[in-house]
Amino acid sequence: MNDILGVLSAPVDPETMARLHARLAREAEAEGLVDVAYTVVDSPVGRLLLAATPKGLVRVAYQNEDHDRVLETLASRLSPRVLHAPRRLEAAAREIEEYFGRRRRTFDLPLDLSLSRGFRQLVQEHLPEIGYGRTLSYRQVAELVGSPKAVRAVGTACATNPLPVVVPCHRVLRADGSLGGYIGGLDAKTTLLNLEAAA
Amino acid sequence: MKQPFEKVVARHGVTVLRVCRALLGVHDADDAWSETFLSALRAYPDLPETANVEAWLVTIARRKAIDVHRATRRNAVAVEDLPETPSGLGVPGGDDMDLWDAVVKLPDKQRQAITYRYLAGMSHAEIAAILGGTAEAARRAAADGLNTLRKSYPGAHAKGASS
Repeated sequence: MNDILGVLSAPVDPETMARLHARLAREAEAEGLVDVAYTVVDSPVGRLLLAATPKGLVRVAYQNEDHDRVLETLASRLSPRVLHAPRRLEAAAREIEEYFGRRRRTFDLPLDLSLSRGFRQLVQEHLPEIGYGRTLSYRQVAELVGSPKAVRAVGTACATNPLPVVVPCHRVLRADGSLGGYIGGLDAKTTLLNLEAAA
Repeated sequence: MKQPFEKVVARHGVTVLRVCRALLGVHDADDAWSETFLSALRAYPDLPETANVEAWLVTIARRKAIDVHRATRRNAVAVEDLPETPSGLGVPGGDDMDLWDAVVKLPDKQRQAITYRYLAGMSHAEIAAILGGTAEAARRAAADGLNTLRKSYPGAHAKGASS
């Protein structure tokens, strides 16, 4: 009986599954069933996971954050209706590509900051005010948001930025000019700063 | 913790497609597959975390297969006389297609029993819960169906799972 069952359970070719998946993503999106759409794009700082709710871009994740774990976190914190649906991320993917190609200095994307709360969210809302190619110290950012003593909290807000690259926490350095930390690793931070400095 | 739905599709997509093919034949399986996962996505947030996801999907697939079957029967007059065009969609090799057709021609209970037992890996008790009747009846239906297939599809013997 293994003959028959062997044929029935033979592998389904990947093209068929890809076609079915694309159709599912399209129909699910049309019916408003995709609470979190995501895709993964290549970049000079490694593969980036981009995720968006209907409200806007909600997460950019470096590979070293482990994309599977990031998706699990999104499922538990936002909604388990998480689907690979690249179409919703087309604008974000394009702007990120332009940024790395030095054809874009500011991002023009709707953002969903709902993964952050309170002071962290406030800091992240202000980070885009640091212009392309410029840097501020953690202390200067604390002053920028009107809480000059909250230097450490600014550090935490930068470290937990759910939208690195797009929300430019890489433009925040220590007062002595050294890098401080970075969610994507110091190499990534250096790459972004060099990219912007060279333009 | 509940997995992202994408993982559900990745893990069970192939099994659900086989189930749909076995219940409907290759041509209509895609529609049933899409309907199954759309419906599953809609209900997913309310699915208990302890649920057997595959059994849940198979139950949905069965319901969707019945819907698709009814819909195609309504339209059957229009397409019945069309020549059989090999679509090849998703099925490498025409011989495999013959086997799927043979499965679809099985008596309903046998077809379902085979599908749930051998393609979805469900226990006879789980199958009995879907089909009604006893686990023993489910076991017999699966065995009878397999016998019928072996007779009507001797070609599979030599070819095995080459595709």
